[in-house]
Amino acid sequence: MAEQPVASEVVAGAASPIGQALLDIKSEDAAVRSAAAALLIEKGDASLLSALDAIRAEADRATRQAIKPVIDLLKNHANLTSDQSDTRRSAAADLVGTGRPEAIVWLEEAAAKEPVWWVKYTMEESAQLLRLRAEDHTVRVVAVKKLGELRSQNGLSALKELVEAGSQSGATDEQRALADAAHASIGQIDAWFWWADAIETFFRGISLSSILLMMSLGLAIVFGLMGVINMAHGELMMIGAYATFVTQQAFIAWVSPEMFDWYFPVALPVAFLAAAAFGWLLEATVVRFLYGRLLETLLATWGVSLILMQAARVYFGDLTAVIAPQALRGGAQVMVGVYLPYNRIFIILLSIVCVLGIYFLLFRSNLGIRVRSVTQNRNMSACLGIPTRKVDSYTFAFASGLAGIAGWALTMVGNVDPGLGQNYIVDAFMVVVTGGVGKLAGTIWASLGIGGLNKLIEPVTGAVYGKVFILVGVILFLQWRPQGLFAAKGRSADA
Amino acid sequence: MPEQMVARQDSRETLSFYVTGLILLLVLPLLNVLTPEDSWLHLSDFRLNQFGKFLCFAILALGLDLIWGYCGVLSMGQGVFFGFGAYCMGMYLALQIGKESVYGSELPDFMVWTQVKELPFFWYPFKSFAGAFLGAILVPVLFATIFGFLAFRSRIKGVYFAIITQALAFAAWLVFNRNETRLGGTNGLTDFKQLLGYRLSDPSTQRGLYIITVLALGAAYLFCRWIVASRAGKVLIAIRDSESRVTFSGYTPWMYKLFVFVVSAGLAGLAGMLYVPQVGIITPAQIGVLPSLEVVIWVAVGGRGTLIGAILGAVAVNYGRSVLTNYFPEAWPFILGGLFVVVVTMFPDGLLGMIRKVTERKQTPAPVIKAEGRTAA
Repeated sequence: MAEQPVASEVVAGAASPIGQALLDIKSEDAAVRSAAAALLIEKGDASLLSALDAIRAEADRATRQAIKPVIDLLKNHANLTSDQSDTRRSAAADLVGTGRPEAIVWLEEAAAKEPVWWVKYTMEESAQLLRLRAEDHTVRVVAVKKLGELRSQNGLSALKELVEAGSQSGATDEQRALADAAHASIGQIDAWFWWADAIETFFRGISLSSILLMMSLGLAIVFGLMGVINMAHGELMMIGAYATFVTQQAFIAWVSPEMFDWYFPVALPVAFLAAAAFGWLLEATVVRFLYGRLLETLLATWGVSLILMQAARVYFGDLTAVIAPQALRGGAQVMVGVYLPYNRIFIILLSIVCVLGIYFLLFRSNLGIRVRSVTQNRNMSACLGIPTRKVDSYTFAFASGLAGIAGWALTMVGNVDPGLGQNYIVDAFMVVVTGGVGKLAGTIWASLGIGGLNKLIEPVTGAVYGKVFILVGVILFLQWRPQGLFAAKGRSADA
Repeated sequence: MPEQMVARQDSRETLSFYVTGLILLLVLPLLNVLTPEDSWLHLSDFRLNQFGKFLCFAILALGLDLIWGYCGVLSMGQGVFFGFGAYCMGMYLALQIGKESVYGSELPDFMVWTQVKELPFFWYPFKSFAGAFLGAILVPVLFATIFGFLAFRSRIKGVYFAIITQALAFAAWLVFNRNETRLGGTNGLTDFKQLLGYRLSDPSTQRGLYIITVLALGAAYLFCRWIVASRAGKVLIAIRDSESRVTFSGYTPWMYKLFVFVVSAGLAGLAGMLYVPQVGIITPAQIGVLPSLEVVIWVAVGGRGTLIGAILGAVAVNYGRSVLTNYFPEAWPFILGGLFVVVVTMFPDGLLGMIRKVTERKQTPAPVIKAEGRTAA
């Protein structure tokens, strides 16, 4: 065994206790092995890891068993002071698994120095979880209480076991006291997580709402302005998504890897322009012949959407995905039990930006005032010298570009596939119908309502029945407000 | 349109109805039975069966034409009613398999592998043929009554109605795909063996089913024509052309719409019921958004607002599809999409409109569908 180079170097440092322990751990005697392991855990550090790994690779089963906790502990101990907060956190979480009381001190030391609250929280939680296994009754009671205060979800199963043990007939007084404390802590934790769940559901609802909103905004503008139902809107979104994908591929092919993440911002104008150009083309070749014939626009654009979908399927195949840039990966742990992925936050922010942009465009710009006047009364606007055809054409292109941006953002939350638009189009139309024609506020409220309701019902009924309930809800809602939330008033209301 | 012209058009339609009926009812089956297999006149069992399928679709198209072509209400959920009818018959056929099933159980196969021990309660009526027959008509009719009542009473119209029915088709597709609805999930119902004691694999059974389908189509056509020619039919057309004026004249448009919607749902159920034993399978893929929309394109291609057009469109598009998917399987969605665009933008009156334009160039043109008003203009 002496021919092992790494181990022998350490041993060569004469009869240091650690060197001795490294030899002892290979001993036949179980007592010697465990004593050596205990010594290594107490005195050792990460520099031993390579030596230990080398020993483990060669050793028999008993030695491997003795050495495994040593490696786990030392590695995680070292990781507690790592540069990466994620590594520190997972090290803290892993230390619970070893079940060794030595780790408590390490965790508490690390927690005292820890700058990131979430990592610090995990360290404290792990320390308490380890304390729970202590011999001393009072230490355990304190740990139980602390876990309750920490709202530790990981502690739930251990606490439930304690309650179980305390409720058995042969339970000692100490066990009963523990069970009572555990019971109280479980109540605390459950109440907290009810709220945490509520917040996460709310967040998911907002996130879905903002996707729907970005889709329906374009639909609603086109519908309100031109009386065109654009069933190909979802496919314009798909074009935006594929534009992002193509940009990514171009970056992979021609740009250095350090610059790779820049593809995402570059893809924004690409997606917008690609979708807008396509929308402009669609308007010029199909939609312009159908003004005033609502149902016909619906059918013709459906045809276009079929063609686009199949074209994407033939050209790109079924599964293509975009790699999210570094900044949008992961998420923020805002509080215990509430984790918000960055990509979702990004989409919510983007939809707010889109709404503001549209607001300024419609209500604070020259084009906007023309769009609004044509929406209100096309003939009168034409008489006043507004080029209604041009307004139509620009607006359609702009709304299509908006769909392109939505597609760009959607690459962050899912695959890019030909059915991308179809997944949301039915919901988006429900939003437009519920919100009322051509009303920005109606679209916003309706997408919040439908998106939020969708995520609220989903955990109870499952996604499928959630959709069915939403449909029933919309139909019942239209009983009450047939023209949608924000109906056009006055003469124009009756078409 | 002058009276005598209507009369002439009517008599021409009656004539073509009888001629087509005779060909479909007698000539095609006889070509199948009497001619030797290698003769160029021979119609194979497969072709006859396929034709039967197209004629089922024609019944479905008639229903849609009634509500869309005549009343101006675009329903994009006809596939759902078709599916209801088809599933009702499918459940009966699935129960008729009995001990012949793969697992030898009285329960349909999919129940065996999804661990269902007892027949769900809503399957019981479908143990008898009468139950299945009534169910195939009544389930869609009842559903359409409730849905239509809610939709039309609150004056959901035009494109709103289209979108709502599309959402209905989407929701129905989702629900039928689930396993816990006990309707076979994604795989649907299939592997049928017999109908009222007749083996479905037997060509003579299929011939019988074909003849029944032709008769049903004829009856459906006459029924629709009767509705269209009646006073109610006039109101329907009036609703299509200007709903507000109909309201101001003292009629209640939503009741007429509801009526015609329910009729079209019943026809769709009938079509579905006839479809299943001939095709031998029903899956949720038949009732989703796209199948419902395909019905619309059949009617648009044939010529909406004419009953013959709907039948013609259904048969022509489906025949074209069966030929083309053979040669260019990937091209069909392009062709379908192209049909949507071209027909809607260039030939709003469809095939029949083109034919009429050619034959009646010097006379008053055939009735053109009035453009629908802008929603907020």
